[in-house]
This record gives sequence, C-alpha cells and structure tokens, in this order.
Amino acid sequence: MNTPKSDASDRRHSEAFLHELMGKQLRLSVACAAVFLLALFALPLLNYFLPDVMATRVGGFTLTWLILGVLFFPLVWVIAWIFIRRSIALENAEAQSIADWDRTKASKK
Amino acid sequence: MNIDLWILAFSALTVLATLWLGFRSARGAKSASDFFVAGRSVSVGWNASAISGEYLSAASFMGIAGMVMSSGYDALWYPVCYACGYLFLLLFIAGPLRRFGAYTIPDFAEGRYDSPVFRKIAVIFVLFIGFFYTMPQMKGAGTTLAYVFPGLPYWVGVVLVGAVITFNVALGGMKGITLVQAFQYWLKMFAISVPIFVLLSVYGGYGKQVEANGENVQRPTSNAQPSTIAPTTAALDVGSSTLSVERSPLNEISARQPLPPKAPGDTAWLNPFGPLTTKAAKAAKLEGPATKPYALLYTYSLIIAVVCGTAGLPHILVRFYTNPDGGAAKRTTMWVMILIGIFYVFPPVFGVLARNLMPELYNGVGSKGTDKVVLELPRILNPAPGSTGFPWGSVLSGITCAGAFAAFMSTFSGLLVSMTGALAHDVYGRILRPASTASERMKMFKWCALFIGTVSVFLGCFVEKLEINFMVGQAFAIAAASYFPLLFMSVWWRGMTVRGAATGMLTGGLCSLVAVALTNASTLALDTGAMGRLFAGFKPLNDYWAAHPLLRILCEQPAIWCVPLAIGLMIVVSRLTRATIPPDIRMKMLVLHAPEQLGLKQDYIKEHEGMGH
Repeated sequence: MNTPKSDASDRRHSEAFLHELMGKQLRLSVACAAVFLLALFALPLLNYFLPDVMATRVGGFTLTWLILGVLFFPLVWVIAWIFIRRSIALENAEAQSIADWDRTKASKK
Repeated sequence: MNIDLWILAFSALTVLATLWLGFRSARGAKSASDFFVAGRSVSVGWNASAISGEYLSAASFMGIAGMVMSSGYDALWYPVCYACGYLFLLLFIAGPLRRFGAYTIPDFAEGRYDSPVFRKIAVIFVLFIGFFYTMPQMKGAGTTLAYVFPGLPYWVGVVLVGAVITFNVALGGMKGITLVQAFQYWLKMFAISVPIFVLLSVYGGYGKQVEANGENVQRPTSNAQPSTIAPTTAALDVGSSTLSVERSPLNEISARQPLPPKAPGDTAWLNPFGPLTTKAAKAAKLEGPATKPYALLYTYSLIIAVVCGTAGLPHILVRFYTNPDGGAAKRTTMWVMILIGIFYVFPPVFGVLARNLMPELYNGVGSKGTDKVVLELPRILNPAPGSTGFPWGSVLSGITCAGAFAAFMSTFSGLLVSMTGALAHDVYGRILRPASTASERMKMFKWCALFIGTVSVFLGCFVEKLEINFMVGQAFAIAAASYFPLLFMSVWWRGMTVRGAATGMLTGGLCSLVAVALTNASTLALDTGAMGRLFAGFKPLNDYWAAHPLLRILCEQPAIWCVPLAIGLMIVVSRLTRATIPPDIRMKMLVLHAPEQLGLKQDYIKEHEGMGH
C-alpha cells in the first residue's frame, strides 16, 4: 500500500489544489444558482407588490401566468447549458494544469 | 356500466407493452450488478429518457392538470419547480456524487463518513420518502381504473396495478426498468401533447382559454354545449379542410360553460395567492389583503420544498450512477431538463381547458373529481349521443389513459426498485446477513419487492380523498429536509461529521414527515365516509388550525423551517464534534471534486483496500 497522500511534492493530492478546485466549482455553481433563484424568488414578490402589473394581459395570458407557465422553462435551459459548458471547460483546464505540472517536474528531475 | 372500448384497448396495450418489455430485458439481467444499477453502461439518451420517464409521475400527468383546474395560478408553481429542481441537482450534486461512485445514497453516506451505522440511518429515508411518493401513484392507478371501468371500486384499481408492477419489478430489476421507462417517457409525451393540440385547434389557443377567465371579459351568453357541437368532429374527419370548417364553432365555443358553485371564482383562480395558498387563512376567517402574507409564506415554502426535494429524491439520484462518467451525468441532466420542461407546459393547459369546458368535474370527489380531468376531457370531442360520427374523443381519451398508465407504472416501478434495493442491498446484504451469496441476494430482492409492493398498495387504499399533486409535494418536502441537506453539505463542506449529518438529517426529515402526516390525517378526518370515521381522532386539529393559520401553513408546507433546521443542526453539531472528522477527508473531497481524468478514484480505492475495507 503506497498511499500518495503524504507526498507533499505531488500537486494533485495537495491541499492547495483541492482548495482551488472546490473554490472554482463552487463559484460557478453559486453564480448560476443565483440567477435562477433570483428569478424564482422575485416572482412571488412581484405578484405581491405589483399585482396590477402582473395581471396585465399578454396574448390572453396574464403576465405572471405567461412567465411562470411558459417562459420559465427556457430560462432554466439556458442556465443549465451555460453551466455544463463552463464546468466541462473547468475540468479540462484543471486536468491540463496537473499534466503540465507533472511534465515540468519530470523535466526538472 | 358502459366501458368505452377505445379507452380499454389503449390502456390494455400500454400495460401489455410494459410487461413485454420488462420480460424481454429480464432475460438479459443476470448478475447482481445488473439488478442494482444496470451494469453502469446506459447511454446518455436512454438514461435521460428513462430518468424523465421515471420522474413524470401520476402527479405530473394527472395531478398538475387537476390542481390547476381546482386552484388556478398557484398550482403552476408545481410544474415549474419540478423542472427547476433539476437545475439544483445539476449545479450542486450530480457531478460530485457520480465521481464518488456508489450504488445508492446509503452507499454514499457510508463511504463519505466511513460509518456503517450511518448507512442504516440513511436507508430509513429511502423508505419514508418512497412510501409517501407511492401513495399518489396508487391514487392515480385507482382513479384511472375507476374511469376505464366505470363502477369499479377505487381500491380494486390500486390492488390490480400494484400487483402487476410488483410482479414486473421482481422479475426484471433495474435493467428491465431502464428500457421500459425510456419507452414510457415518449409515450407520456405523446399522450399529453396530441390531445392538447387537437383540443386547442378546435376550441382556440392556450392564451384564449386563459383569457376566458376574468372579471372584465365579455362573455357571450349563448348556452352552447360544446359536447353537442357537430363541426368539431367534422373538423377532425376532413383533415385537409380543417381550417375552414373549424373557424365557425370557435367563437361560439369560447363561451365557456357556467361554473358550479363549488368552483373558485375567476379572480381567485386566475391570480396569484388563490384558493391553494390562502386556504389556511380563509379557514381562520381572514379576508382580502389580510390573507396575502400567509399566501406568500405558503408559496415560498412550496418552492423550497419542491426545488430542494428534487435534488434529494432517492429514486432519481440512483440513476446518476448508471452513467459511464461524470460528464455524461451532466449531459444527461441537461437532456432531462429539456425533456421534462417541454412536458410540463402541457398539463396546465388541460386544467385551463377543463375549467372552461368541463366544469362539472368540480362537483366530483375523490377519484371522480378534478384529478381525472386529463382522462375525461378529450371525450368532449365525441359526437353527441345518437348522432353518427367517429368517436375521436374516445380515441384521444384512450391515449391519455395509456399515458396515465405509463405515468404511475413507471414511477411506481422506479420507486419499487430503489426501495427494494435499499431493503435487499442495505438491510439484508449489509446489515442482516453480510455473508450472503449473490444468488441469495437476488432471491431476497424478489421477496423484498413483494413486501414493499404490498405495503404500498395498502397505503394507497387510504388516500382517495387527497389530491395527487399535493401528496407528491409532501414527499418532496420530506426529501428536501433530509437527503438534500445531507448531500449538499457532505459534498461542499469538509467539516461535516457523521454525528452532525445524522442529527440534521433525522431531525429535519422526521419533523417534516410528522408535519405533513398530521396535515393529511386532519384532512381525512373531514371526510364524510369511512376515512372520516377512521381518522376522526384528528378532527379537533382542524379547529386548532382555524385559530392558528400560521401553524397550519407551517405544517402543510414544512420546508421553509425544516430545511434551515436540518442544515443549521448539521453545522452546529459538526462543529461540536470536530474531532471526529474522517482523517482522510482531503482524499474524499478530491475524489468528489477532481476531474475523473486524474484517476484519483483509483488511488482512493487502493488506499482503502490497504486499510482493509
């Protein structure tokens, strides 16, 4: 059993790498969640404080019905799509940085 | 007693196709791994369709339409949050969980905290959430069969459907289910969309139908009965010349049917903070603006329950393990969101149409009420009794019945698999008899399926008087206060200890379980039939709640206090027991978060083998 965890020179198992990795992932997730939660939590407030505006008729629907019943779904798709692209790019960049690091270390030896 | 043969034919076809697919793939399922997670080699397309198929339950197919009809705007939060919850799953949980690699949530709980005891605690909630989720599926089954065979008692339908599915699962395991559920997604999509397109083309668009509800809308006073208007069928028969034919009835029909006294008024129905969210305040004799703060609280609690609950549903999460890698898991979630997002636009349309065209459903109770709107509504396209013409309405109604069968069958099978998996894999395989052989476990899987199926059928017989969609919302509230905090905190906070996790999950989950169970018991106590007598002891609770509307809302929608409670307890208790943080936490976090290309998972497994795990 040769556990690599105590090998301080191995970047992929280092504290710094984990910290950076989790930080980047969390920032991305939180940013996407913020957009979505803002929309989700703002709608009841708009209904509460601006009932007349939200009851405006748009093509037969009330504005708030149109937003909640139809328009919300595309918004969620867009956020998901952006997140997936970004997070796959993030993973590739991290894997690449480790590969680069390994190579420089090997050449130093 | 007149059985509509078209409806019967389509329903029978769905059931037979499901059984055939199940049996066919059962021949391929040999190893224990096949039974539990389908050999982990399901492609993105198949898996996305199967997750969607499993997710779109009787609540989505029948319940939402029924609830939009009975409660209006407020019910729209359900489909939106059902779909949005997936985003939460994708953002915070799907990727890390897949990288960690385990069969089930209890596997994850044990692996993350190196604690076999915690596994036993975590298993409990697979069963709790599962049973709460099967009850509405059973109501869907009872309602649909009572519609297909008029006169058939509700409980017979529950027993029949429960028996068929249990049998199917016991034979096929998960592998059979993946194929069946992917097929069932597309069946449901077809079944909900085609009747809507036909109905809208005959009676006018979605917007037009919403517009018919409102105080300042002029309503023609003709009392035309849509069901007796012949051009409807003519329009469908001719096909090519439909446009010119259907224009004429369109204007007449926009005069909607008069509403029965039981139906909510236009303003309450169309606008936010209607009958659903103000019920508790109304019961406390509050009027007008005084009810709105309560309604706002109800709305937020509902949103939290459904959005967080999706991310903690055991039968959905287990599917992420059937993907080849984390990237595929993310792509799968994207596809699931698109597939279910498109689907969820349709059920509310049914609710709106039915309010205008078939308001007599407001008078029905139990399985004869608004929960059957999806099944019944297309029949208004049938020619009037006595006149000749092809019964297109019955054909379409047969299609929606087939979709309903697909809906409760697929969700119930999925739940049955994950609950049976928890019993056979965790309780039997790990706790009772760790030394059991693979073939013993396979045999146990079948017995557990029978057991769980029987309990579900038993519970299902009690809930005829509760709304399908409402019950599913409750299952979500329990998941939101138990598994969601567990997964979210375990993945993102390395300071979690096993005591913190267990305390938070148990307290949050049990609080919301008790709260929603009390709500249901008090609602059933109001029933005039046998259920009312059975639950009569809970009647005084209603008087108490009439005096305390705030408490009633917090009980009916407990997520707003249970979720923060669970997370708060996790943080506090983990801080207090800091010394027990697993020693290899950095490695665990790396496995959860590092890209799979780096191969950290292999290191981790090697390390654990060395330690004798």
